[in-house]
Amino acid sequence: MLEIEIDGKAVTVEDGSTVMDAANKAGVYIPHFCYHKKLSIAANCRMCLVQVEKAPKPLPACATPVTGGMKVWTRSEQAIKAQKGVMEFLLINHPLDCPICDQGGECQLQDLAVGYGASQSRYQEEKRVVFNKNLGPLVTTDMTRCINCTRCVRFTQEIAGEMELGQAFRGEHAEIMPFIEKTVDSELSGNIIDLCPVGALTSKPFRFAARTWELARRKSVSPHDSLGANLIVQVKHDEVKRVLPLENEAINECWLSDKDRFSYEGLNSEERLTRPMIKCDGQWREVDWQEALEFAANGLRSVLTDHGGEALGVLGSPHSTVEELYLLQKLARGLECENVDFRLRQADFRTDTLRPGAPWLGMPIAEVGDLDQLLVIGSFLRKDTPLLAQRVRQAAKRGLTVSVVHPVADDWLLPVRNRATVAPSAMPAFLREVVFALAELKNDKVSAELELNAPEAISDVAHNIASALAGAANAAVWLGNLAVQHARSTDLQLLAQEICRLSGARMGYVGEAANSVGGYLAGAVPGIDGLNAFRMINQPRHGYLLLNAEADRDFADSHAAQRALETARFVVALSSFGSANLAQLADVLLPISPFTETSGTFVNCEGKAQSFVAVAKPRGDTRPGWKVLRVLGNLLAVDGFDFNDSESVLRAALADGYESRLNNRLAARPVVNLSIESALERVADVPIHFADPLVRRAGSLQRSRDARAPVAMAHSQTLAGLGIASGSRVRLSQSDAAVELEVIADDTVAPNCVRVAAAHAATANLGAMSGPISMERV
Amino acid sequence: MSARELILAGTDGDRGWRLDNYLARGGYSALKKVVGERIPPENIIAELKASVLRGRGGAGFPTGLKWSFMPRSFPGDKYLACNSDEGEPGTFKDRDILRYNPHTVIEGMAIAAYAMGATRGYNYIHGEIFEIYERFEEALAEARAAGLIGSNILGSDFSFELFAHHGYGAYICGEETALLESIEGKKGQPRFKPPFPASYGLYGKPTTINNTETFASVPFIINMGGEGFLELGKPNNGGTKLFSVSGHVNRPGNYEIEMGTPFAELLEMAGGMRGGRKLKGVIPGGSSAPVVPADIMMDCTMDYDSISKAGSMLGSGAVIVMDETTCMVKALERLSYFYFEESCGQCTPCREGTGWLYRVVHRIEHGLGRPDDLDLLNSVTGNIMGRTICALGDAASMPVQSFVKHFGDEFLYHIENKKCLVPPEVQYEGSQIYVSPKC
Repeated sequence: MLEIEIDGKAVTVEDGSTVMDAANKAGVYIPHFCYHKKLSIAANCRMCLVQVEKAPKPLPACATPVTGGMKVWTRSEQAIKAQKGVMEFLLINHPLDCPICDQGGECQLQDLAVGYGASQSRYQEEKRVVFNKNLGPLVTTDMTRCINCTRCVRFTQEIAGEMELGQAFRGEHAEIMPFIEKTVDSELSGNIIDLCPVGALTSKPFRFAARTWELARRKSVSPHDSLGANLIVQVKHDEVKRVLPLENEAINECWLSDKDRFSYEGLNSEERLTRPMIKCDGQWREVDWQEALEFAANGLRSVLTDHGGEALGVLGSPHSTVEELYLLQKLARGLECENVDFRLRQADFRTDTLRPGAPWLGMPIAEVGDLDQLLVIGSFLRKDTPLLAQRVRQAAKRGLTVSVVHPVADDWLLPVRNRATVAPSAMPAFLREVVFALAELKNDKVSAELELNAPEAISDVAHNIASALAGAANAAVWLGNLAVQHARSTDLQLLAQEICRLSGARMGYVGEAANSVGGYLAGAVPGIDGLNAFRMINQPRHGYLLLNAEADRDFADSHAAQRALETARFVVALSSFGSANLAQLADVLLPISPFTETSGTFVNCEGKAQSFVAVAKPRGDTRPGWKVLRVLGNLLAVDGFDFNDSESVLRAALADGYESRLNNRLAARPVVNLSIESALERVADVPIHFADPLVRRAGSLQRSRDARAPVAMAHSQTLAGLGIASGSRVRLSQSDAAVELEVIADDTVAPNCVRVAAAHAATANLGAMSGPISMERV
Repeated sequence: MSARELILAGTDGDRGWRLDNYLARGGYSALKKVVGERIPPENIIAELKASVLRGRGGAGFPTGLKWSFMPRSFPGDKYLACNSDEGEPGTFKDRDILRYNPHTVIEGMAIAAYAMGATRGYNYIHGEIFEIYERFEEALAEARAAGLIGSNILGSDFSFELFAHHGYGAYICGEETALLESIEGKKGQPRFKPPFPASYGLYGKPTTINNTETFASVPFIINMGGEGFLELGKPNNGGTKLFSVSGHVNRPGNYEIEMGTPFAELLEMAGGMRGGRKLKGVIPGGSSAPVVPADIMMDCTMDYDSISKAGSMLGSGAVIVMDETTCMVKALERLSYFYFEESCGQCTPCREGTGWLYRVVHRIEHGLGRPDDLDLLNSVTGNIMGRTICALGDAASMPVQSFVKHFGDEFLYHIENKKCLVPPEVQYEGSQIYVSPKC
């Protein structure tokens, strides 16, 4: 610890601290532009020059290490003169176009210029002009305003993991630019807007939409991935104009993924449902709520009367709130229907009888940084949970070793030490190798309950993973979305649990959606006699109640889902959005509020329940989902539906101490299937900007590189074996489901697999997300 | 009166740079002595300290002291870098050292590596002297073939690999940490210090960077002893030094003289003033050094302390001589343009300030000066100096401050009369290229 005196205040700071750190601790503000607590030190803006005792010239606070007994003055004559001098230089080539600049009112340069700038410039020469760059659909540029602080450059390099921006040229000609003809395509790109201390990088979707002081700032929680990023939603006239990060060091730090930040555009999409609608004789008709609800209740009642509760399928999206999912399952059970589920993309549910608790990450998000070994099984981590991947990236810099078992070798922009790229069906057999390698290293026996025979051979990579985990002090094994959606997910989970038992690693589930944990806690899973999501689709029901789910996008087998709904007698859809598909399949559309217009709760992957309130009034006749479900319950005369507010629903759903229900433990069972398929297998990712109904309608995100229409991808050897050239158009079929796509050779895909994204219109007519698929040239 | 040559001695002719020629002149005897007698590294550094060899690149930092900063016991590689990125207007000595006597640099670096425990060295050669780079590569090949660098030098257990690396002509890459960035393949931008290269240098390893002439002097110090080298010069200013004399003299060129030789003698060596004209001012240490008016300069001796007392810097020893036909505004405009163009753009005062300075001086030169421009120049330079990551900001400011200080009348004349104090025809006459008679 070191003693330092700043402006006469004594502070004690840790060794290795800078003067800036000490000033922050002492509560002394030092003006700065290039310094950012999450980025490396550049010391290039020179705004933070301060006077240091015995130093002949002012020193930059951000880069000057504290020495014992140091005395610093941040507002002495020397310091102020230096700071004002720097401010003058920053302003001479700045256009000073604040009246037409989107950053106006929230601009660090503008704010500091008030304190350190002169009222008139001494610079009478011509000013510099820098041409704008096209960074893609999300970030707009006014590069003449740039002060070359390089925060954006350092962000892409250090946080996003790929240097997509750089400072080209020299001296006064220096300018920030992407690589020639390239855009900034990172899934975290929007953060450079927040980082830019001037108006050089601003939000493209928000451009000229409002002034910051006209906007209300309201707290919320992201409804997308399982991280549960905290949001500030900015609203004007009950319309969401912009979303910014709400800093929460334990969850999203000061970042947001682009999906969290720009998905709000979907709220204003033309597909928003604003009036209840019913289908009579094949014709859609807008009606009032009373009529719609009665129509829905009558329809459901007639199915129940004719066929009983088991004839109903109740399916909610994992992006729904705890309150909605709780009432959904309560309604189903009130109708004597145990067929309720929220795990729409899951295919294997054998763990339901093995699992006493709700699966979760197994650790707080903030502790990811302390891990020394991480094994990720079946995950598109970087695109599924960009900010969790970012945490792993930072931990990898501090020495975390990452191993991956996954059918595709996607670039996560972080070092992966051990990588097994194996077909989905080969994953259980591969994990068995790791199990046996670990048992040998640990001088332990493999649990007898698993009834595993030793593999004939243990591959080098399995051995390397085992020895990495065996020697770890703080290890974790994560099951990603592909592992959970896998057709033999239970086997994978049992093997992962055995790896954890042998190595002492913590087991965790990354989680697919904002409420993947909350859905379990809300009880939105089938009872013992009930059907799970997969069965409800594959054993078609007479009636369905859908919450926030789209049959062609959100299911494990979208082809079967559409067919099941098509043949059903009566389908009630509670949804914020309409679509041609929904219009065709549903009989009644009840417009419910998206997350911005209702109160609710999401439980993120670390098991933290985060409640939020509406930030805007419901659009049109839209009603919060929990209210709609409550009224439906009343109309159907179900007991216990007297909730007056969402808080009382939440209290009923999540009692105090709900955290004790977070439990990844599985009862040991034999691993039933270690066979490797010989047929071509499908590997399906859920592309980042197609994962839920809201983001699918966010216009700017849909124009980004991550939202390109999917193509099929296969290893060049696989294509050669099938006699198909890269770039050909192929017909992909799974039993009676088929689509046509272009196929390209991609050697990151495991041999004997074809990667075809799910959740996209182009692949909606395909079947299961995993399992055999055939491919032929057309 | 004559030059006292060490580095340049006996290097005439086309083959003087070759290894056999260098060996015939007694070359590599210092390395053989060091390696053969297993002289303890600390003794070598002690000799360096005794010699008071001061860094020849411009800063004049005592070399022995710099070498002693390298951590003794460090696991892993330590690096050595030779700064031959000679790009300052007026300086052309390192080019001639590498052209005429590359082996003395190689020998000096090998001894330095031995003294500091460095395993690898790079000679970073300015990008606009490509033939010199090629020659150095040839010399390296000769030395490598003769077992003078590489593994187990001269049969000992001392190994040192040396490589040549050429830049692409950016002046900023002569700043030692920008040079390291450039070797690493990055954009040549100075690093913020601390950490200093001796603790975190090339690829994050301890690194010492010295100028070409500094390394070239090392073999002579080993051979003649630190005291002997010091005695060549004067106290606190050891040895001989190359001066690159340019400008309005009869015989521009490199002159190696003892430290402390009067400027008047150096001027005479360079053939005196061209056309017998009157001396107006001298920039004694490369274009970043403050200009010194003629009368002060004529009283100076050529060493760090004397030039410093005269309000300037010995710098790299680039002596730019200007006679009475020189328009000092125009001269400053050209210098300011150089720094404007060569600023790396990393930190604010230099990126924005050098352009401002150039534009104001340019305006004055072109008859658009304003009465308060000189105060403005002084103020802007004051805001640049000492506020930047590296010394380029200072280098851009010092000429402006000194020109305005010593030749303010000429600037005021420009501003008031919209024309030059030195009539154009006189400037033209003075700028004619002088063809030297056969020496």
